[in-house]
Amino acid sequence: MATTTTPDGVQALQVSATATARSAPSLAQRMARERWMYLFIIPGAAYFVIFEYLPLLGNVIAFQDFSPFLGFRDSPFIGLENFRRLFSDADFKLALVNTLQIEVLQLIFAFPAPLVLALVLNSIVSAPVKRSMQSIAYLPHFLSWVIVIALWQQVFGGAGFVNQLLRSQGLDTINIMANPDLAKPLFVLQSIWKEIGWGTIIFLAALTRIEVELYEAAVVDGAGGWRRLWHVTLPGIRSVIVLLLILRLGHMLSVGFEQYFLQRGALGPQAAEVLDTFVYFRGIQGGDWGFAAAVGLVRGVVGTALIVTANSVAKRFGEEGIY
Amino acid sequence: MATALERSTTVTVTSGRPAWMEPPGPPEQVAKTLFLVAIAVVMLFPFVYVVAISFSSAKDVLAGGLILWPKNPSLDAYQAILRGGIVARALLVSTGLAVFGTAAKMVATVALAYGLSKRAVPGAKLVLFLVLGTLLFRPGLIPSYLLVKNLGLIDTYQSLILPGLISAFYLVILRNFFMNIPQELIEAARLDGGSDWQVLWHIVLPLSKAVLAVIALFYGVDIWNAFFNAVLYLNDASMWPVQLVLRQYVLQGSAMASAITLDPNQPPPPAQTLQMAIVVVATLPILVVYPFLQRYFTRGVLSGAIKA
Repeated sequence: MATTTTPDGVQALQVSATATARSAPSLAQRMARERWMYLFIIPGAAYFVIFEYLPLLGNVIAFQDFSPFLGFRDSPFIGLENFRRLFSDADFKLALVNTLQIEVLQLIFAFPAPLVLALVLNSIVSAPVKRSMQSIAYLPHFLSWVIVIALWQQVFGGAGFVNQLLRSQGLDTINIMANPDLAKPLFVLQSIWKEIGWGTIIFLAALTRIEVELYEAAVVDGAGGWRRLWHVTLPGIRSVIVLLLILRLGHMLSVGFEQYFLQRGALGPQAAEVLDTFVYFRGIQGGDWGFAAAVGLVRGVVGTALIVTANSVAKRFGEEGIY
Repeated sequence: MATALERSTTVTVTSGRPAWMEPPGPPEQVAKTLFLVAIAVVMLFPFVYVVAISFSSAKDVLAGGLILWPKNPSLDAYQAILRGGIVARALLVSTGLAVFGTAAKMVATVALAYGLSKRAVPGAKLVLFLVLGTLLFRPGLIPSYLLVKNLGLIDTYQSLILPGLISAFYLVILRNFFMNIPQELIEAARLDGGSDWQVLWHIVLPLSKAVLAVIALFYGVDIWNAFFNAVLYLNDASMWPVQLVLRQYVLQGSAMASAITLDPNQPPPPAQTLQMAIVVVATLPILVVYPFLQRYFTRGVLSGAIKA
C-alpha cells in the first residue's frame, strides 16, 4: 500500500514541483515522515487484500472447467458455459425458488414482527416491563444457529415436548422438525424467534426519537390511538423502516446458510436447499467447482445490484439510504 | 457510511405516562398483557425445558412424561460430559479459540484502526476505501475456500481465525472512536517527543478501554458461535469446536458412547440428558456475558455493526 499514489499524493507531487520543498513536502517526504504509521497499516491492509480481494479474483473459475489438480492457471476456459447451465440445472432452479419463497415469507412475516412488538412495548408505560421484555426477546440473537435448532428440536422434534404432551393425551404425534411440508413456515418462525429482539430494539430506539409535540398536537386535533399510529408514529420511524428494508433486499438471494444447512438433513433438499447450501454441496462436496462459483458470483452481483438500486430508489423518495 | 441507525440506537427508557396519552381501557390492557406474557413464555420456555431435562435423573427421563422441573436433581450428565472425551475437549478447543482468536483479532483491528485514524498519512484513504468495499461485495464461498486450501490452512486452527481476522464494522467503529479523541492530547504527547507507538499505548488505548472491551466481547462471542468455518476447514474430528460437537451429537443424534468417558460403575445417563447438558454448557458462556452485550448494544456503542 505504501507505494500507492492517492489523488492527494498526486496533487502534492505537482505542488512540490512548483513550490519550494520547505513549504510543501513531497509525497516521498510525507511518507517518510509517517513511516512508522505504515507498520500499523500494512499488516491489516495485507489481510484485506489477501482474504477479501484475492478471492474476488478467484471468481475467474466461474469461467473455467475448474479442477483443483490443474489449478487456476491450467484449468481450461469455457467462456460462459457455466452461466448457461444456470438455465438448465434443475437443482439450481429448486434452490432459487426455495430461496425466493423463503425471502418473500420473511419479508411478509419476519420483517414486521419486531415492529409490532416495538409498538406494543412503546405504548407501555412501565419501564421495568419494557426493559425486561427487551432482554428476554433479544437473548436468542446471541446464540448460534446450532443451539437455536437444538432448542427447537427439544420442543418440536420427534422426542420433544410437544410430542410428549400429545402422547400423554393419547393423541397422534407429529415431528414438526422433519416435515418437509412445514419447512418454510418453520424457517420463518425460527427466524422470528431468533431475531425479533434485535429488530425490536432498533425500532424502539427510533420510536423514542419521535417528538412529543407531534403527539400533543394530534391529541389536541382529536386524533385517537389508531390515527396517531398512522399519522405520527409510523411516519416518524419511516426512515428506519426503509433502511432495514434496503438491507433486507440486499440479502434477497442469501437467506442465510447455517439455518438451512443444519436442517437440510432432516427436511430434505427438496424443502431446505437454498442458494447458499446449493453452492456448498455442488461445489465443495460435489466438485463441480466452476458451476458453483458461477452461482455464487451471480448471487453476489445481484445482491450488490439490489442494494445499490434500493438505495437510489430510497434516496429519490427523499430517504437517507445507507450510504 | 454513517446512517440514521447509528443515531437512532440510544434507547432512553422513561417511566410515567405522558400527559397526552389517555390511560388504556381494560380490554386493551388485558390484550397487551396476554400478548407480552405469551411472547415471554415462547422465548423462555425452550431454555427452561432444556435445563430441566439436563438436571433430571436418568429414571425420570426414561419414564417419559413431561419434565418442567427436575424432580430428582442429578449432575450425572454434566459429570459424564466434563469427565473427558470429545465434549470436554471441544469445550477446551472453543475456549482456546475464543481467547487466542480474540487476542489476534484485537491486535490486528487496533493496529489498522490506529493507522487509519491519523490524518495526513498518504495512502490511508485508499486502505479505508478497500475496507469499506468489503461491506458491499463479498468474494463468495468457493473462492474463499480455495484460498484457504491453497494457503495450506485446512485442518489448522488458523483457518478459523485468519479469514475474517478484521471485521470491517468494528474497524470503522474503532477508527471513528480514535479520531474523536481530542487532538490536543495527542499533539501534546508528540511535542514531548512521543512516538506513534507511545501515543497509541499511553494515550489512545487508555482512553478507549470501554469500546475495546465491547469489541473484544463481540469478537469472542462470534468465535464461540462460529460453526460453518469449522465444517469447511476442519476434517479432523478431534479438532472440532463445541458447536460442531453439538451438531454431531444433538442434531444428528450420533451415539453418545464415544463422546464421553463413562464411569464403569454406573449405567450411562440417557442420551437425551447428555444432549441437553451439552446444549446448556455451550450456551452458558453466552448467558454469562449477555448482560454486557445487551447493555452496550442498546447504548449504541456498536450500532454501526448492525448492518452485518
